[in-house]
Amino acid sequence: MLVPLSWLREYVDIDVTPDELEERLFSCGFEVEEKHELGRDISNVVVGLVKSCEAVEGTHLHQCMVDAGVHGTFQIMCGADNVHAGGRFPLALIGATVYGTAKDHKTIEGVVTIREGKLRGHDSFGMLCSGTELGLTEDLYEGAGYNGLLVLPEDAVPGEDVKPILGLDDWIFDVSITANRPDCQCIFGLAREVAAALGKPLRAPRLDHSEDGTEAPLQVTVEAKDLCPRYIGHYVSDVRIGPAPQWMRRRLALAGINAISNIVDITNYVLTELGQPMHAFDYPYLKDAHIIVRRAKEGEKVTTLDEKEFTLTPENLVIADAERPVALAGIMGGLNSEIQDSTTAVVYEAAAFQRDNIRKSSRALGQSSDSSAMFSKGVYEYSTVMAMERALHLTEELGAGKASKVHLDVNTGNSLEARTMTVSLKKVLGVLGITVPEEDVIRIFTNLDFAPELSGDTLTVRIPAYREDIEGYQDLSEELIRMYGYEHVVPTFLPTAQVTMGGRSDRQKALLRLRRALAAAGAHEGMHYSFFSPSDLDLLKLPEDAPERKAIPILNPINVDLSLMRTTLAPEMIRAMARNEKRGNMGGRIFEVGKVFIPKALPLTDYPDERDTLSIGVFGKEEDFFTLKGLTERVADCLLTKFRYRPAEKTFLHPNMTAEILSEGRVVGYMGKLRYEIAAELDMELPAYVAEIDLQALSDCFPRVGHYTPLPKFDVEKRDFAFVVDSEKTCEEIEDAIRASCPYITNVELFDVYEGLQVLSGKKSMAFSVVFTPTDHAFKDAELEGFVEKILEDLKVKAGAVLRG
Amino acid sequence: MADNMDVKERILEVRKQVEDDLALLRDSKSVYEAKKKIMDGKTGVIGSMMREMGKIAKEQRAEFGRSVNELRDWAEKRFAELNEEFRKKELEARYESEKIDVTLPPKKIRAGSLHPVTLVTNELIDIFSSMGFEIYEGTEIEKDYYNFTALNIPADHPARDMQDTFYLSPEFLLRTQTSAGQIHVMERGKLPIKVISPGKVFRSDDDATHSPMFSQMEGLVVDKGITLGDLQGMLNRLVENVFGPGTTTRLRPSYFPFTEPSVEVDVSCFACHGKGCRLCKGTGWIEVLGAGVVNNKVLEGCGIDTELYSGIAFGVGIDRLAMLKYGYNNIKLLFESDLRVLGQVKE
Repeated sequence: MLVPLSWLREYVDIDVTPDELEERLFSCGFEVEEKHELGRDISNVVVGLVKSCEAVEGTHLHQCMVDAGVHGTFQIMCGADNVHAGGRFPLALIGATVYGTAKDHKTIEGVVTIREGKLRGHDSFGMLCSGTELGLTEDLYEGAGYNGLLVLPEDAVPGEDVKPILGLDDWIFDVSITANRPDCQCIFGLAREVAAALGKPLRAPRLDHSEDGTEAPLQVTVEAKDLCPRYIGHYVSDVRIGPAPQWMRRRLALAGINAISNIVDITNYVLTELGQPMHAFDYPYLKDAHIIVRRAKEGEKVTTLDEKEFTLTPENLVIADAERPVALAGIMGGLNSEIQDSTTAVVYEAAAFQRDNIRKSSRALGQSSDSSAMFSKGVYEYSTVMAMERALHLTEELGAGKASKVHLDVNTGNSLEARTMTVSLKKVLGVLGITVPEEDVIRIFTNLDFAPELSGDTLTVRIPAYREDIEGYQDLSEELIRMYGYEHVVPTFLPTAQVTMGGRSDRQKALLRLRRALAAAGAHEGMHYSFFSPSDLDLLKLPEDAPERKAIPILNPINVDLSLMRTTLAPEMIRAMARNEKRGNMGGRIFEVGKVFIPKALPLTDYPDERDTLSIGVFGKEEDFFTLKGLTERVADCLLTKFRYRPAEKTFLHPNMTAEILSEGRVVGYMGKLRYEIAAELDMELPAYVAEIDLQALSDCFPRVGHYTPLPKFDVEKRDFAFVVDSEKTCEEIEDAIRASCPYITNVELFDVYEGLQVLSGKKSMAFSVVFTPTDHAFKDAELEGFVEKILEDLKVKAGAVLRG
Repeated sequence: MADNMDVKERILEVRKQVEDDLALLRDSKSVYEAKKKIMDGKTGVIGSMMREMGKIAKEQRAEFGRSVNELRDWAEKRFAELNEEFRKKELEARYESEKIDVTLPPKKIRAGSLHPVTLVTNELIDIFSSMGFEIYEGTEIEKDYYNFTALNIPADHPARDMQDTFYLSPEFLLRTQTSAGQIHVMERGKLPIKVISPGKVFRSDDDATHSPMFSQMEGLVVDKGITLGDLQGMLNRLVENVFGPGTTTRLRPSYFPFTEPSVEVDVSCFACHGKGCRLCKGTGWIEVLGAGVVNNKVLEGCGIDTELYSGIAFGVGIDRLAMLKYGYNNIKLLFESDLRVLGQVKE
């Protein structure tokens, strides 16, 4: 919110510097996002009295001698048509800064520093300035819009700084107002806070006015009482449309509002001053002089002041006359009842509308205004009455019209009186954990106009109606401390709290262990969005009925690429690898621990299953299927389980380089090489491999921490075997057969595979190292021979394996 | 061998022969082999000498025995000397042959890394675990009730505008704040409560400084006699742990519907220690988190007796802490898995 210091000063005497005011506002909850002096770019511009002024022949220039008081008298060359001897104009001295303008003399093109110059051969020691060159407009200073010199008042003393004369020494504060203080979304509301913070009296704006205007019929009906708790309409006669006076236009301009005409400016002025949106209807255009506040009919149309047409639904609240909508309630007036130069009678509206409805309509229709913004922030009913009085006062003050006795106030009976609240001071202070001297308590609540009375521990306050946010003793604690100062809070460390057990759950411990294990194995942890794109599912070439396609859609996504809750981590992992290659990272290992979202039903009727999931991606020339498998084995190891692998098919993975991962009899994931056609789609040339493991399915493993198995008492025995088997046989089949043949086998490890000239075609040689661990006695040679023979026998039968000769 | 062979002569002869053999040795391996051969009890030129005892005249036997033993001692000593000499040379040669250029590049040992958000989250969890806080993670998909209504943000509340929400259905949404977890914890009905709740949150904001997904951590204490002073004391510990000893906090008034009073918490700038720098935009303070005394309406909504209990809560942006701590200049860097970015920071 833009707050001109000069406007604030109308209600409260501010005897602190702008910096101090910023500090005070900040400490009581109003952050000043930015502040600046209106004339921040203007310096060394003084009142110049033109002593002599002679036209230079053959040019548009005048050669002037200009008296600048204590600064001296200077020869100035001036091209403006209104320069004349005896005139007082702003004189930019040598070294002054003013705005440079384009050829049109209107468009500002940055700040320039004035230097000695020569114009058509004549020396000039400064520059006489136009309003534009000082950053002024007609609204900010009378005459500043003229395309020539800005004329200063007759009583301006030569040599004096022009800034105070032109109001350039004013300050503009951009204050951010928190959502709980809609009462401060206006200059007067903020002035109340400034007065309380500075301990200064508050001057209320004048509301008095006569009611001697001509009367006319007017009727107000509020049909949608739920959306409009209060509607005040007031008939104003003898309206004479014209420009608002300069002081009002200046204030509006400083607050960032364009002046339009007296009546419209009054409504904008009241909005800015009191935070109450108002509207003025051109009376004769209200059919049957009847204002009806109602929901729009389905398909009903309205054209707003900016000539945009809207088709409405019953969700939209309108102000209608007997026949048609004449305004989008709280958002914008209708073109059909717009104030025109010929308007002679108006109806002012000051109403409270339901915040949510205005906000939703404004969003749904894509139409907004200062008024709808204010209603969305919240307008308390309190301000409707005050605003109407104020508008009528200003109308009279400006001579813009005459208030009549025709005043209609339709309300639901809400009180606008102060509420009495009685609380225990001890409780108020208990929230803060400090004591505040009683005199400070009284002073602070008095400054806030809460009329405090303290009797023992009982604090009684009267909450003004504009403070709807104050509901209980905690709110009073906040009022107290924000005015007393948060620096008074004494940091303590839960001296009254009980000792509690804390720490990570088994799941949290397991997931952390997993992350650390993968990082230790050279993988970097990444994090991707929880939502993805329908195109991600297409990238994986998933069939229409694939379970991954049953993803939860976001109703209002930012864009389609972020529109589904992810059901698999694979696509973002694949894209991350592709992105890395594109950026010149030629290989690496990435993992992500995140959630996939599996709905029980769509649309959602219950919380979906949020499953902890791991994805791992490895890419680059140094990686292959087995480096990825090394990482998945780390996962098994870290969760104290065993994984088994069997060939599988995935639409996005290599048909002959893909495995399902099983743990304790269940499929928990998959891994494989990215299909070449998908890699090509992503402009990926490097080989890429991806694994995805459902950690939720492994949650039984989370509490495992391992336990000690006693070391063997007897020496282990090791034997190596090389078998010749059919090429189709998997390592796992042979391994399983070996393990099954003898209970003392504690480890079987493949150490060589050979296919080639030395074995028959269609066959391969596989060499295993087998460890036998005795439990209760040392093996005798014959016993071991027996084990070996059993292995050979079993493998011949089960796997057709023969010992390589 | 002649029966009358003089003992001395015999010993000298053997010794001469052995010395000639030893003179030919060039390395420790040949010393070992020569020793084995010469000292062999059956065939060795010295080792088998005692076998000749029978051929020695009785009166000379004692002298012979002593002389053989001396010879044996001499030979052992020579073998040891030679062995020592060659071993030493051989080691020197080996060391010399293994000379390397220590400035050659290393063999690649891949080091991975944890995500910066994981790192900061862990740090926060460690701090609060040590203070007896439980970790409650909650769900990313949440009911409107828990994300808003129960936190004193009814449907028409302007605070809903402060957070642009992704909806999945009229009832379900992507949580906009980890505060949603508070309610679940309080609804369990177990008091006192000390809990932190880290996790991902979502807001419909996507521009240079906003990501639609980011990470937050909520902290909540509900017990008897908990005050705003406790809040600041707790947060001082938090920031000292994250940003280093001596870091302090400043409270200033703010507004969150679920706390009253509500405060913004600034930390003293850890880069300039309050003098004012680019990081803190010259103010000496950096805004890092929001906090407050839990609004009684929220506690009461969860069935907690506010006559007895009070609470404090805070919420902190984990990504923001990570960015401040490690100096990332763009939040989007955290979600791109760029290997040049990951791994730059360590636990």
